[in-house]
Amino acid sequence: MGAHASDHPVPAILAEVKPAVMPRPVLVANNRDFHWITEKICGLVEGKTPVWWWWCFGAAAFVASFTIAGLIYLVATGVGVWGHANPVNWAWDIVNFVFWIGIGHAGTLISAILCLLRQKWRTSINRPAEAMTIFAVVCAAIFPVFHVGRIWFAVTPGWLFPFPNSNGIWQNFRSPLEWDVFAVSTYGTVSVLFWYVGLIPDLGTLRDRFTAAGNVLKARIYGFFAMGWRGSNRQWSNYEMAYLILAGISTPLVLSVHTIVSFDFAVSLIPGWHTTIFPPYFVAGAIFSGFGMVLTLMLPLRAVYRLDDLITQYHIDCMCKIILATGTMVGYAYSMEFFIAWYGANPYEGFAFINRAFGHYAWAYWIMISCNVITPQFFWFKAVRNNTTLVWILCLFVNVGMWFERFVIIVTSLARDFLPSSWGYYSPSIVEIFTFFGTFGVFSVLFLLFIRFLPIMPMSEIKMVIPAADPHGSTKH
Amino acid sequence: MNKTYGIIAAFDTTPEIYQACEKVRDAGYTQWDALTPFPVHGLDYAMGLRRSKVPRFSLAGGITGFTVGMGFIAWLGLSEYPLVVGGKPMFSPMFAFPVSYELTILFTAFATIGGMFFLNRLPMHYHPVMKAPQFVRAMDDRFYIVIETNDPKFNATATRDLLVKIGGKDIAELEA
Repeated sequence: MGAHASDHPVPAILAEVKPAVMPRPVLVANNRDFHWITEKICGLVEGKTPVWWWWCFGAAAFVASFTIAGLIYLVATGVGVWGHANPVNWAWDIVNFVFWIGIGHAGTLISAILCLLRQKWRTSINRPAEAMTIFAVVCAAIFPVFHVGRIWFAVTPGWLFPFPNSNGIWQNFRSPLEWDVFAVSTYGTVSVLFWYVGLIPDLGTLRDRFTAAGNVLKARIYGFFAMGWRGSNRQWSNYEMAYLILAGISTPLVLSVHTIVSFDFAVSLIPGWHTTIFPPYFVAGAIFSGFGMVLTLMLPLRAVYRLDDLITQYHIDCMCKIILATGTMVGYAYSMEFFIAWYGANPYEGFAFINRAFGHYAWAYWIMISCNVITPQFFWFKAVRNNTTLVWILCLFVNVGMWFERFVIIVTSLARDFLPSSWGYYSPSIVEIFTFFGTFGVFSVLFLLFIRFLPIMPMSEIKMVIPAADPHGSTKH
Repeated sequence: MNKTYGIIAAFDTTPEIYQACEKVRDAGYTQWDALTPFPVHGLDYAMGLRRSKVPRFSLAGGITGFTVGMGFIAWLGLSEYPLVVGGKPMFSPMFAFPVSYELTILFTAFATIGGMFFLNRLPMHYHPVMKAPQFVRAMDDRFYIVIETNDPKFNATATRDLLVKIGGKDIAELEA
């Protein structure tokens, strides 16, 4: 059973020392009540579609068409339309894949790890962050699925998914690439399930409001997905347990997914890839980039929907501090890689790192360093964290920097491997550039649909963190 | 006249529903429920509910997932199509681990959600309380207690008196 106020008698010493009252930051500003939260969030779904939404949707759909055109051209012609050539046989496809998957990780971090750590500020941002995760996984999945060229080969003869080919040979389960297929498909599936379970009570609220308003069609649609939720405490009891377990299993899942993504590189022998620091370094980088993207999305959303009472300055502060912490970890990993390259006394490894910083791709390396190491350091200052516009701009740099990190790791290592005779220089083709550019449209289309048709914040969870939700009526918390 | 499903009473604040639930529990009712717009902390205790059984489903799912992963890869390497790659063993739990680990999580997730749906008897698109006009506020900002007529202690007047005594408002009968 949960802890109850009566279980913890106040220690006598408190009366003598009179500790200073340290008020907890409020999570919902302006003393909003339960009904205000319902009206605010349901109002966004029930109201008329705003004009800006149509403009954004049109623009996003136009950008998304670049991906669709690029992929049609790829399937019709062959993977040769991408710029890969010896020795760089992995390039933007895997760079973009790791970039998007990494972005997704902040959503799971917010919904799962912060849930286990009882960080109550997660409640108002977890729904859009989880949506971001799912849409980022969709964008990520495009690249490995389509890099096989004829996409049906991903299933039969099983270049990705476990089906035997025509000779009856199965996938190589000793290969991290096959582990990755399992990791990413599990991640995508569990993220969708977790998100959906979180949505059920709110869909129930929308169902009842549409029923009360006499909108039978919408009541039916939302009601179908609400599964007949009625907020009974016997249901909540099982629901809360299921939610906790999902958070508990998503935490090792998110850590394992990016660890396995890093195995794609670390298990090989290429200098610059073959390092044990990769798993923690990739996970820190993923969370760093993901929070960058969360803020990139959340700040405009907060401004346009006037969600200042729900996403307070405290929320922004917390996220900036996580970006600062993970960005500094990433910076530490960069310097540690250099140190080990020297200390390990392997000439190939040493060369790989000197080449990264001063070789043909030095421009990419220094973009990465300035965006990922220098940018987050601004978040030490409260004045910066309080300036929403500046936070948003800095987060854009984080997004750019993390894309370049993957580019630097993947392309510089392959372009200069062991034998100078096989060295080369990689440039992307226009098809690759368009395909990647279009994924931002794909992502935005999905995100815009989400903010239009679904409750963008978990109402039941936000109601839990306001003072009126305390069953003991105390205002001490 | 239609059969009655039970009696519903409304409460306005979280402390009120919490204390009311304690009193209904102490009065010895078993077939009753509280409707709340969010999970009220400690209400399971106030209602006298046992710990949820969802974890049993999760554990079963996890064990199944891990076994499927290990078993599948062992079957492939040892029996279905043994193939030497890089001089590595045909099967080792080491290289089978990442896939088995992911399948553990995947199966646990499905079992957890399936277990939650099963225990909550979802999907259930019809329920007597949903027909009540006051139900829209149960998902918004008000709290309700429903005591069913098939509770062995149910008595139309005594139960109503209890709900009045513990501070219930807008007390009404629910059609089945």
